Order: sequence, then C-alpha cells, then structure tokens
Amino acid sequence: MPDSPALEIAGLVKRYDGRAVVDRLDLVARAGQVTAVLGPNGAGKTTTIECCEGLRQADGGTVRVLGLDPLLDAARLRPRVGVMLQDGGLPTGIRAQDMLAHVARMYAAPRDRDELTERLGLGSFGRTTVRRLSGGQRQRLALAAAIVGRPELVFLDEPSAGMDPQSRHAVWELVRELRDEGVAVVLTTHLMDEAEDLADHVAIVDHGRVIAEGSVRDLVSDGDDRTLRLDTAAGLDVGALGAALGDGLAVTESTPGSYVVVGAVGPTTLAALTAWLADRGALATRVTVGRRTLEDVFLDLTGRHLR
Amino acid sequence: MTTTHAGAAPTWRRIVAQTDFEARAILRNGEQLLVTIVVPILVLIGLTSVDVLDIDTEGLSPIDFFTPGVLALAVMTSSFTSQAISAAFDRRNGVLRLLSTTPLGRSGLLVGKIAGVLVVGTVQVVVIGVTAALLGWRPDALGIVLALVAMVLGAAAFTSLALLVAGTLRAEAVLAVANLALLLLALGGGVIVPADRLPGPLEHVALLLPSGALGEAMRQAFQHGSLPAWSVVVLVGWTAALGWGAARLFRWH
Repeated sequence: MPDSPALEIAGLVKRYDGRAVVDRLDLVARAGQVTAVLGPNGAGKTTTIECCEGLRQADGGTVRVLGLDPLLDAARLRPRVGVMLQDGGLPTGIRAQDMLAHVARMYAAPRDRDELTERLGLGSFGRTTVRRLSGGQRQRLALAAAIVGRPELVFLDEPSAGMDPQSRHAVWELVRELRDEGVAVVLTTHLMDEAEDLADHVAIVDHGRVIAEGSVRDLVSDGDDRTLRLDTAAGLDVGALGAALGDGLAVTESTPGSYVVVGAVGPTTLAALTAWLADRGALATRVTVGRRTLEDVFLDLTGRHLR
Repeated sequence: MTTTHAGAAPTWRRIVAQTDFEARAILRNGEQLLVTIVVPILVLIGLTSVDVLDIDTEGLSPIDFFTPGVLALAVMTSSFTSQAISAAFDRRNGVLRLLSTTPLGRSGLLVGKIAGVLVVGTVQVVVIGVTAALLGWRPDALGIVLALVAMVLGAAAFTSLALLVAGTLRAEAVLAVANLALLLLALGGGVIVPADRLPGPLEHVALLLPSGALGEAMRQAFQHGSLPAWSVVVLVGWTAALGWGAARLFRWH
C-alpha cells in the first residue's frame, strides 16, 4: 500500500483527570514528507505524539502508525519507528558515544555510527558523560539515537530546543535528507522558522485540536493578503486611517506607535497612507510590506495573549 | 519478546545489551558501589573483628555466624536500594520511556534490569565471599548451592519491591525511602541479627518480612545445609504480591 499514510490519527481524545488535552484531533503524515505540528505550549502536541509512540493510551479515536496499532502492535512497530522525546530520556551517567552504541545494539542493521557522529558533530563530546552535555548537545545525541535504527517514521518532539544556530542547521539538513530518503518525519515545534523552512505540511494545534493545516504556502497566502507594518506617532485614529486606505484593509495598533495593516495592500495603499500621515504631521520612521508570515497566521489563530 | 521482528536485533542480543548496560551503570557509579559493595564489606569486617553485638553465636566463629547475614544484606542493597534509586531516576528523566520505544520494549527493559541485578549480585557474592574466606570463613558446597537459591528468591522479592517504589513515588522520595528501609530492615528485619534474637514482637514480625526470611534461609543453608520451607513460602509470596502491585501501579510518566 504505497499510498497509505505513515501516520493516520482520527478523532483522537486524551484526558488527564477528566480534562481533554487532546480533543478529537485528526492528522495525517506521509512518507517522504516533513509534517510539523505547531502549537503553543500546552496545546496537546506532546500528548498526541506520545499516543502515537505507544507511550500513552488514547481515551478515544484511532491512531494507525505504519498501518498498525501503536499499542497492540508495539513490538512490530518499535524497530520501524524512531523517537526523540522532548525531555531527552538519555541516561545521565554514561558517555555520549556509549549511549548511541547502546541504542544501536537494539537494531539488526543500524546506521553507521561514525557517519552519524560526523554529521551531527557528536565527536567533540563523545567521551563526555551525558550529565555534562549542554542542552543542544543532548538534543543532537537524542536525534542520533532516534534515527540510528533506520526508522521509516520518526517522531521528533521539539528537536531544536536549546540548540545554537549551527546545530540547528545541521539538524535541519539531516531532517531534509531523511525526508528525501522517503522517511516520514513528524515534528512538534513552536519555532515558526523551523516549520517554515522544513515542513511540507503544517498542522496548527490549539486546545487539543488541529485548527488549520496545509502547506506553509497554503497557510500564509490568503489570496492577495499582505501585511504592512508602520512605525509612527502613537495614538492615531486607526478607524479613520482604515477608512482612508480603502475597503478590505484592517488597521490595528499592535503596540503604541506600531501599526499593522492587513489585507490587499497595493501601491495606492502606500500613497494614501503617506498622504494621510502628512496631513497629520506624522512622520513614518519605518514602513515595511510583506506577505503574511506563518507567525502572523499562528498568532491570528491562537491569539496574542500570554498563557 | 520471543519473536524477533524485522529490523530489531535478536531478542537475546537486546537483553544481553541491556543487562550489560544496567550492570555497568551500577558498578561505575560511586554511590551505588558504596552501598552495594563497600557497606557490606565494612559491616562484615566490623562484626567479625570488633565485638559490637553481644550475641551468642551458637558455638560458631563470628565469621561463620555473620557472613550469611551480610550476604543477605548485600542482596538487599543491590536488588532493592540500588535498583529502586536508579529506576526512579531513570523514570523521572524519561530513560525508561525512551528505551521502551526502541526494539528493547518494556518487557526487555524489565528482564535486562533483573539480569543486571543478578550480575551485580554475582560480583557482590564473589567479593564478599572472598573477603570472608580471607577472614577464615569455610562454607561447604551444599550450603553454597542452597544459599544461591535463597539469594535468587530474595533478589526477586526485593527487585519487585524496588520497582513498586520506583514506579509510584517521586525520585527524591525513593532516595529517602530506599535508604531508610534498608537501614531499618538491616537493624530490625532479621537480616544480620537472627529474628529469634530480636526484642519483643519483632521476633515474630521479622520472620514474615522478606528480609527476615532471606536472612533465615541464608543462615540455615550455610550453617545446617537446609533451606527452610517457611522462608521460601514468604519470599515467593512477597514476590508475587509486590510483583503484582508493581505491574499494576507502575507509572511510566
């Protein structure tokens, strides 16, 4: 069944103490694609992934991993699925290279460890005990452990948390390579650039449900929508400005003196804007026009308030 | 666990790898080594060279009288204290969850842990046995065989207790409970001091405890060449009850 998805979640429900943290969630991930599960903290991302890894039992819905049940068929799935946990799960009293060697011993034909060590730059701390590794070094080691068994499907729970930019790029390159080899990669993240750069398919999750999904392009391009950002005097009348700019444009003052105009921003919009400002003696110190970013979409959907 | 699935190393290789991993983790860790090897040796030397306990040794030399109890204590340190602490911290740090997602699986992890305890136990028996022999201990062959049976039964009961504690309490609480329980059982649990020399009701209570049953079985094995049926029943009973509890109550998260 070449077309059947690597991961298929339908109506997944998981409750903790009666409270649904995953609430009828649907998600499909395919081989040869990177699927990013994007969401704020507490959205239910990790719980969803743990239900797929066989670490938690769902309270409702169905999960099929490589066409199998993650709990009933666990023994058959373990050699085919790689896992990188959010909290690492690495034993602390052991040297990094021994940890990777130990996990590799669980597989019949593991990847070449030297090559993996080289790719992820593990060599510089191979003889250091896990306890003494930095957060980013631990993440790289955990990633190596997740893929050393040549999985067909990998779950990476916030893979680049705590990594410096160099490590992050090494990890991203490896993830792209896995995808090109036909591996299904499912990663959770709250880093927008990670999702934008890596994902073929993005599912935005909030309150235990997928609230939007598609390719990054699908999600950010809502027709001709663009975002105009403007810095000028604080406290301008946004209603009057919106009316001056024309229909279909929404103006908000995101922080005092910073305004965001979303909609069909065109050349005439800019002319109208500067004229309107000139009438009021306000100087625009910065004007930028761009497409909506994934972050705009994410914040529009999940809200801008802290939680 | 009996079938090897495509992509996974053969079951025996996974178990051997995990056993090796567990045993090394204990024998390389300073605190674990202290509690499993150094403490029993110090107790043995202390009891036999200094007259700390005013106890009638039934005509036996102190080394013959105390070595079986020290070996029982050693079994408790490796299968209970050390195992409970390492499993509790592995659980808290996600190590158990991560390893259970590899082809090792939960059952392989458990078997590896138990086998790791047996490896450490073997090292203990050799080190303590040799030390005792140097101090003049001369056990007979039948006694050694019966004592090995008793030690395996004791290790099973105490490993079950370790997993029950490690799987239900916070790691810091396990650290306290495991050390405190070891101390209390060592002093009043019929391990080193035979149950019938304990004060008041402890005399009867201790025989019902896994510590007392193990201590009694070790002394009978080495001193009389027999394995008391009562001890076997108590140890098997505790293993069944604690193992059932651990299987039901163990929380992986």
